[in-house]
Formats: sequence, C-alpha cells, structure tokens
Amino acid sequence: MALSNDDVRHVARLAQLDLTDEEVEGLAPQLAGILAYAEKVSTVAADDVPPTSHAYPLANIFRDDDNVIEPLSPEQVVANAPEEQDNQFRVPRIIGDPT
Amino acid sequence: MSLVTKSAAELTKAMAAKDVSAVEVVQAHLDRIDATDDQTGAWLTLTADQALADARSVDDRRSNNEKLGPLAGIPVAIKDVMCTKGTTTTAGSKILEHFIPPYDATVVANIRAADGIILGKTNMDEFAMGSSTENSAYKVCRNPWDTDRVPGGSSGGSAAAVAGFHAPLSLGTDTGGSIRQPASVTGTVGIKPTYGRASRYGLIAFASSLDQAGTFGRTVADAAAGLQVICGHDPKDSTSIPKDVPDFSEGLHNGVEGLRVGVVKQFMEGGEGVEPGVIAAVNASVERLDALGAKIVEVELPHAEYGLPAYYLIAPSEASANLSRYDGVRYGLRVDGDTTHEMMAATRAAGFGAEVKRRIMIGTYALSAGYFDAYYGQAQKVRTLIIRDFDAAFAQADVLVGPTCPTTAFGLGDKTADPLAMYLNDIYAVPASLAGMPAMSLPVGFDDAGLPVGLQLIGPLLGEGVMLQTAAALEAELDLDLTPQGPNALAAPSKDTA
Amino acid sequence: MSSDWEAVIGLEVHVELATKTKMFSACPNSFGGDPNTRVTEVDLGLPGTLPVVNGRAVEYAIKLGLALDCEIAPSSEFHRKNYFYPDMPKNYQISQYDVPICGPGHLDITLLDGTDKRVGITRVHMEEDTGKSTHVGESGRIHGAEYSLVDYNRAGVPLLECVSEPDIRSAEEAQAYLTELRAIVLALGISDAKLEEGSMRCDANVSIRPAPRAGNAHDPGEPYGTRAEIKNMNSVRSLGRAINFEITRQIDVCESGGDVIQETRHWNEDAGTTSTLRRKETLDDYRYFPDPDLVEVAPTPAWIEEIRATLPELPTATRHRLVSDYALSHADAVTLYDSGLVALLDATVSEGGDAADAARWLANEISAWQNETGEPAVERLSGAHLAQLLSLVADGTLATGGARKVLADVMAGKGTPAELAQSHAQVSDEDQIAAVIDQVIAEQADAAQKVRDGNTKAMGALVGGVMRATQGKANPGVVNKLLAEKLTTE
Repeated sequence: MALSNDDVRHVARLAQLDLTDEEVEGLAPQLAGILAYAEKVSTVAADDVPPTSHAYPLANIFRDDDNVIEPLSPEQVVANAPEEQDNQFRVPRIIGDPT
Repeated sequence: MSLVTKSAAELTKAMAAKDVSAVEVVQAHLDRIDATDDQTGAWLTLTADQALADARSVDDRRSNNEKLGPLAGIPVAIKDVMCTKGTTTTAGSKILEHFIPPYDATVVANIRAADGIILGKTNMDEFAMGSSTENSAYKVCRNPWDTDRVPGGSSGGSAAAVAGFHAPLSLGTDTGGSIRQPASVTGTVGIKPTYGRASRYGLIAFASSLDQAGTFGRTVADAAAGLQVICGHDPKDSTSIPKDVPDFSEGLHNGVEGLRVGVVKQFMEGGEGVEPGVIAAVNASVERLDALGAKIVEVELPHAEYGLPAYYLIAPSEASANLSRYDGVRYGLRVDGDTTHEMMAATRAAGFGAEVKRRIMIGTYALSAGYFDAYYGQAQKVRTLIIRDFDAAFAQADVLVGPTCPTTAFGLGDKTADPLAMYLNDIYAVPASLAGMPAMSLPVGFDDAGLPVGLQLIGPLLGEGVMLQTAAALEAELDLDLTPQGPNALAAPSKDTA
Repeated sequence: MSSDWEAVIGLEVHVELATKTKMFSACPNSFGGDPNTRVTEVDLGLPGTLPVVNGRAVEYAIKLGLALDCEIAPSSEFHRKNYFYPDMPKNYQISQYDVPICGPGHLDITLLDGTDKRVGITRVHMEEDTGKSTHVGESGRIHGAEYSLVDYNRAGVPLLECVSEPDIRSAEEAQAYLTELRAIVLALGISDAKLEEGSMRCDANVSIRPAPRAGNAHDPGEPYGTRAEIKNMNSVRSLGRAINFEITRQIDVCESGGDVIQETRHWNEDAGTTSTLRRKETLDDYRYFPDPDLVEVAPTPAWIEEIRATLPELPTATRHRLVSDYALSHADAVTLYDSGLVALLDATVSEGGDAADAARWLANEISAWQNETGEPAVERLSGAHLAQLLSLVADGTLATGGARKVLADVMAGKGTPAELAQSHAQVSDEDQIAAVIDQVIAEQADAAQKVRDGNTKAMGALVGGVMRATQGKANPGVVNKLLAEKLTTE
C-alpha cells in the first residue's frame, strides 16, 4: 500500500504531532512498509474467530464506592505543571469546541 | 570474591549472618556503578543517598532483631518506566524530563516493602519502544559483554546493570520481548510473568494489553525471588489476576525428570536473519534437558508467524492513545504555541523521538475511521489463533522452549536505519506476549564470537513454576561463567572488597 | 410552527451520578470546591495510573436502564474516545461505544392536554466527565480569551448518557421528556439532577421535514432533515425556548431556499437565540477502541434482579396511583409529585386522613411553605399530624383560617395540631359572633346598606371584616347565617 504525504499529515493532525516536511516525507514510505507487513494479519483469521483483548479473561472487576481516598493537595496536583496560576493549569487560548 | 559478584541469595545469607552490612553491600554496588557506568550508560538517575539511608535502616532494624523483608539490603535497579515517588521518572523521554511522580508504582512499592534497596532508575528505549535502548532520549547504553554492542531493549539499562554487576537484581518491563531479549543478549536471566501477575499500576504505559513487569538476575533463583516480591493481586489494576501467587522457589530443585519439554518447531527453522550459532546453542541445551530426563517433544505454533505483524498493530494502536496525555498541559515538557492545540502539537513534536512518533503514527492510522476492523480488529483475532496454538502445544508439553531472539548482541547503530529489521528481534518473543504466557530467557551458551545466547522458556498461563523449575535445572547443569569477557568487555570487578 | 413543517427532535441527556467516588478512581465525588481539590493521580491522568470501574456507578446505570425498560446488555465494554482537549487529562475519554450497558427502552410522557406519548430510548451508557476551563480575557468567553485555566475537579465524575430516539415532535414534548426523565432519576436517587448546576445536561438534535398530510402519518422510512445539535440549555424552560427558536430558524432557512447545515449550535439564554458553535465539516474521527485497561462488564441475571427489586415506585406509577386510589386530578397528582409530597400524602391517608382534603392542603399551603422556606415539609410535619389537623377541621374545631395558623405553628415546631388547636379554635357561639357582626356593620355602614339594597356581592366585605376581627376563628357558616339574618330582618 502507498501512503501520500497528505495521508501522513492527516494522521499527524489526529495525533496532534507537528511534523516537519522532512519527517513527513521520511514517514510515508516507512509507515507504508510497516503497514504492508502488518497487513499479513488481514488474511489469516476467519470471520468466526472471536477477537481477544486480554489473554487472561476477567470480567466485572469493580471498585467499592464506599472506599474513598484523600485527593492530592492542589499544590501536588500542579507540582509538575509547566505553567500554573492559582492552583490551576494555565494554557494558551483554546480554539474550538471539544466535541 | 567481590561483594558485587555475589548473587542476591548469597548476599542475603551473608547479611543475615552479619558477615556484611547492607550499607557495605550497597556502597560496593554504588562504587562499581561509579567506576563503570561511564562505559555502560545503564543509569539515568542514581539515588545513592536515599539508598544508603535505606540500607542503614535495614542494618538498624536487623541489629534490633526486627523482622525484615525477603529482599532486605539487596540493591535493586528500577527501569525508568516505573513511577517512583519523589524521584524523577522519564520513561527515557524528553517529554518527561523533569517529571516527579507523587506516587510509587505498585511493583516499586512491593520492592520497598520487601526492604529491597533501590539504587536508582535505569536507561531504556523511550516509552519502552525499541530493542536496543538506542531510542533513549538521554544516553547510549552499552552491553557489558562488548561495549560496542547494544544491551538489547527496551529494558537495556536494567539488563546491563545486572550483567555489569551494578546490582544483583533489577526490574524491567516486557511488552513484546523487552525483558527477554535484553536478558538474552547480556547473558542474564530475564523473566516476564503471566500477564496480570504483576500490577501495571505505575508502569508508564506503552501497550496496556501487553505490558508486564518482570525481573533480571544473574541466577534463576535471584530473578525468581524478585518476581515473588513484585507479583500479586493489585486492586488498582483492573487486569491484575485476583489469585494468590504460589512460592516460585518451591520447585527450583525438583529437576526435569519426566517433564515434557516442547521444542517450538517454528522457532527452530532458522532462515534469513537468524544466527546459526543461536540455533546450535539452543539445540545443545535441549540435548542437556533430554539427558536430565526430560521428555523432548516437538510442538507447533502454526500462527506464530502472524504474531509480529499483529503485535505491530496492537501495540502502536494502544500506544497512540496511551501517549496522548503528553501534551504540555499538566506535566512534562511544554513548547510554547499561540493556541493550546498549537502548543500541544509543538510539545509533542519536540518531546517525542523518531521511533515513538513512528509508532504513534502507525497506531493512529490503524485506529482511524475505516481501518479499525482491518487492522486492530484482525490483529485481536490473530491473538485468538495464537492462544489456541499455545493451548494445543500445552496439551502436549509442560513447558515450551526455543531461542529468545534470532541473534546475539548486535552492534550499536547496526539496525537503527531500518525499523522493520529492528522489530524482527522480537519475532520469537511476541507470541507469548500476545497470549499472556509467562516466558523467560536463560543464558545457555555462547556464539562463535563469545557472546551469550538465551534460551526462551514459555510456561502456560499462571505456570511460572514449571518454567522456573526447568530453567533452574538447566542452569545447574550448564554451570556457565556469566562474567562478561572478550576484547571489548567491561572490566570484571576487582576482588579486593569483603 | 408553520403547519407545513414537522420538527424531529432527539435528546441526549447527561446525568452526573451521586456516587461517593468518581467513575474510575476512589477520589471523592462532590460538586464544586476550590480548583483542583478533588483530584487524585488517576483523575489527573498521571503516567502509569489506571482506571478501576466504580461498581455503584454500574448499579446506577442498570437502575436507570431498568426504569426505562431497557435491555441490560449481558456483556458490555468501555472504549476510549480519542480527541485532544485540555479539559481531558488523558486526551481520551473512557466511554461506551458499540456495546452500551443499556440497550433500547422507552419513556412515557404525558402532555399538558392529558395525552400520553411513548418516546424511544436508544441507549444509556456510562462515561467519565471532563474537567473545566475558565477563559481569561476581556470577553470571559472562549472566543477572544487570552489564556485559559484548567481545573480537573469534575474530571472523572461518573456520567450516564441517555440518548432518545428522534421521536419527539415539539418543544412541549421535549420539555415533558426531560421533566419525566429527571423525575425518574430523582426517584431512583442516582443523581441530584440539577440542570442549572450542570449535574443534568441536555443537548437537543433538531431537524425539520415537510409535515405529513392531514390524517396521515409519515412512513417509518421517511428521511429526516439535516439536524443541528443545540447545547447549553440550563433549564426545562430554556430547552423549550431553544427548540422553538431553532425550529423557526430552520423553517426560515428552508422557506427562503437555503439548506440547514449540520453543526453544533450554542443556545444563548439572554439573547434567546442559537448561534453556530462548530461546523461538522469532516466526519469526526475519534478512533474508538476497547480500553485495554478495563475488562468486560457482564452483569449476571441474579444481580440485575437484585437491582430490579430495589427500584422504587416510578413517577408514572405514583401519579396513576394518586389518580386512581385518591381520585386526584392529573394536575394535582403532578403538583404533589413535583413537590415531593407524595410520601406525606400516603402517610396522612394511612393515619386515617381524607385523601382529597390532604391533597388540597399539600398542594396549596404545604407546597407554598416549601417554596417559601426551601425546606422539605416532611422534616417538620408527619402524616399523623396532618391527619390530626384535617380531623380538627372536619369536626369544626378549627376554621380554615385557624387551621392555617395551627399549621404554621406546627411547621415552626411549636407543637402538635391537637396541642395548638385550643388557641386557634373556631368560634361558633352565636352571641359572641353576633356582637362582632354588629360592630362590623357599624364600621362598614356603606357595605351593609348595599346588602340591604340587594347587592349580595357586598356581603363578602362584611364576612371578611368579621373574620379579621376574630383572627379567622369565627365559624364562616355561622357568620354568613347571622349576617344574612341581621341585614334582612333589620
């Protein structure tokens, strides 16, 4: 399969990665090669084979709502923040609505 | 003998007899690191002061006859992908350069609770993506057997630390071979338990359905003792298996008489990129198992060849989401931008290395609209097929064996230009990862260049015991000298202490 | 609405669950608080942290599903919904995708004219809430802000998203649906469901299509028009206003030859208009995939039945019971239900009180007291005491006015109706009342003259005067009788 530079740019936008033109051009054939290799999987499993998400099957793993823990202090919450103000995370202006 | 060449079991005995103090043990290892890590590059962060303080505490408590944990006074190296409260944890990435977690990973907490002494954090491929530790954003990591060669990866630092006598025990993580492959190329014992045996809480995630913590040691008993400490149910991890962990040391001396050892046909076929010396060493060790009374059978994993392609869809897909949180908002690196989204994209561009970006891109593509069923969905079906293969193989055999990886340690820079060639290192490791099986690498010989070769042993789900029993029997039978040697090897420890 | 068009509306309602902890962490789940005071390492999405499902949140989801007659999925899973936004600590939201915990069900609503309608429920699923950002700058809004501050207190709060079928045809139906859903959620006790505080949030998908010809229904396959999603309605009233505005806007667009665009629109309460928030130019690509940190949710039939057994009487059933057992009107039943006074009514009746009398007192005086004080009456008044009060009125001990005063004193905690009745007891003694009447007639000679001249309406003023003079204690029957006698015989 072939991947155009525009395909790569589209995926980079989804992944929120600001790639240089050089990176885009390098990645297009690499991704195509890896995906072509990975495509081997598409032929092997019949339709009636169920998918497995975890090798050891578990279900209904729930936490008891009555066990409440102490939250972090607001100072701990922002301790690693690149930029904070009044115990909140400061970010540049936001363009666009979330969903 | 120098203190640093002793096994954890020997050190435990010596400390219990008060022949040596924990402070002396820790100091000897810190001295060794100080003397040699400029050659190995195994460490990203050392916490020497804290380690000595912890050792003093162990000594004090021992002199007060207080009960001590099973790893009391034993120096332990921690892969930098595991969160350590108050100590920088980077996952080998620039994007987490100054990140200090406010909590301990459960496996780290378990080591502390067992009175193990954490010396620091080890070098690794960025976000555990790689097979050579060359993807570390911080420094080159070298193989103690030949410092021009890689220590494997992604847990290269933890493997090099144990092989280079910086610590008798270290923790690593294995997603698709990241413990077994570096163990194989550094002549150490590396164990990945059953997926769900050791908690993933506090392991900086690469591929959540595959990531599993494990141990490195220079002996099976040491690695098993460490494994015993880190395993156990953790309610903070929904995928943690809610079952008691048996005593892994119990069967170590039981031998292999009557055990059915299955040699995986598909792993022994050789072919392009497979070093004949590896297959020869594996065959030789199978003969020794036969001689020890094991029943050797050939088993097949017909879908094993689809393991690596499936892995290269599942792992990057999961990683693409797991790594979304590194965006410059809450912690880690930030590169300024005019808007929040520009800031995020610039931060991620600057903070992630080439391999991480590549995998994020593969994963994002594989999950994007229209491709999910063909890629991730199909890969999860292949996983089912591989599990069925293992089920059939374990109907015929109690434990499976084969090579851990196709080659011995390769040269620094040899495979960095070709991602696919690098990925092929994990071709034998990945099937057990996809099936969640416990698996390990045991040094069983050397190739023509004198570099160590690892035998991979795979147990059934929750079957660590039989796997360790087989490994211990073979280890005793082979009785190899695993001190790195050769023209470019790290100098052996001096024998002047203790 | 122009009768040439028919509106097609579906609602997506988010309900914040009143659990003690968050959806995936043991962090306390409570509204508000100083920024970042309800955050653990899990809620902050710190590297290495993992989610663990809150069992009570699952139970609440099943409760709502059962109340809406939904199919409870024997197996469901959580997916990751991937998109980058600073409110979201992991840049993915853990939600449910193709296998939600509750499948198709329905909700029955009753409109103001008494007609019933069934609205289909597509699904109810579990997810985690996001944090909140405050936009700092002159405008205080996202547009034109200089920077933003992010608070993750709300991140990880458990949410149920309840999606209706596009069965709703008017603002009134939408309002009835939201009101009824809220009543169910409150009856189940799974959320405080405050629209104004955001613990219940409603988005509306609105489209229009040509109305069916009179008497004919649309074919089931009849296509819908392009829809707009309307957000930011903080009350049932705003929902109605926003939908009506949007329907009119879309009709204007279509009738002037334009096309409705698929987009998200923002309801502006002050302006009473909707405006474009975001165009859906390309299909969103959220890269959903099953969250590998979590395992299957597979409620056993036994657990589902256990939960079913704890379901309280649901609002529709309660109102039907009030109408059928107590002979209340539908409107009274609604009022009592919405005031939270049904339990008190039931208790009063079980203590021997007359249902119709009790309902009247509850719907009027007691409901008014609640509105004034903002307190629930049940904390001050028992069914036994209300029954006592009613019997004191019925046996003539108390007049209505006196009974009101007794009630006020009971609510003020001064004693029981029996204890307080003496001081407000009705006066029926004719001599005593006649004396007062004479005084009032003297004071209001004009009114008295009008009555004598045959203007019976003027009688009211005189009766009012007597009642005032006796602090409401005079027996109105006696007052009327004596007044009539005096003004005709004189």
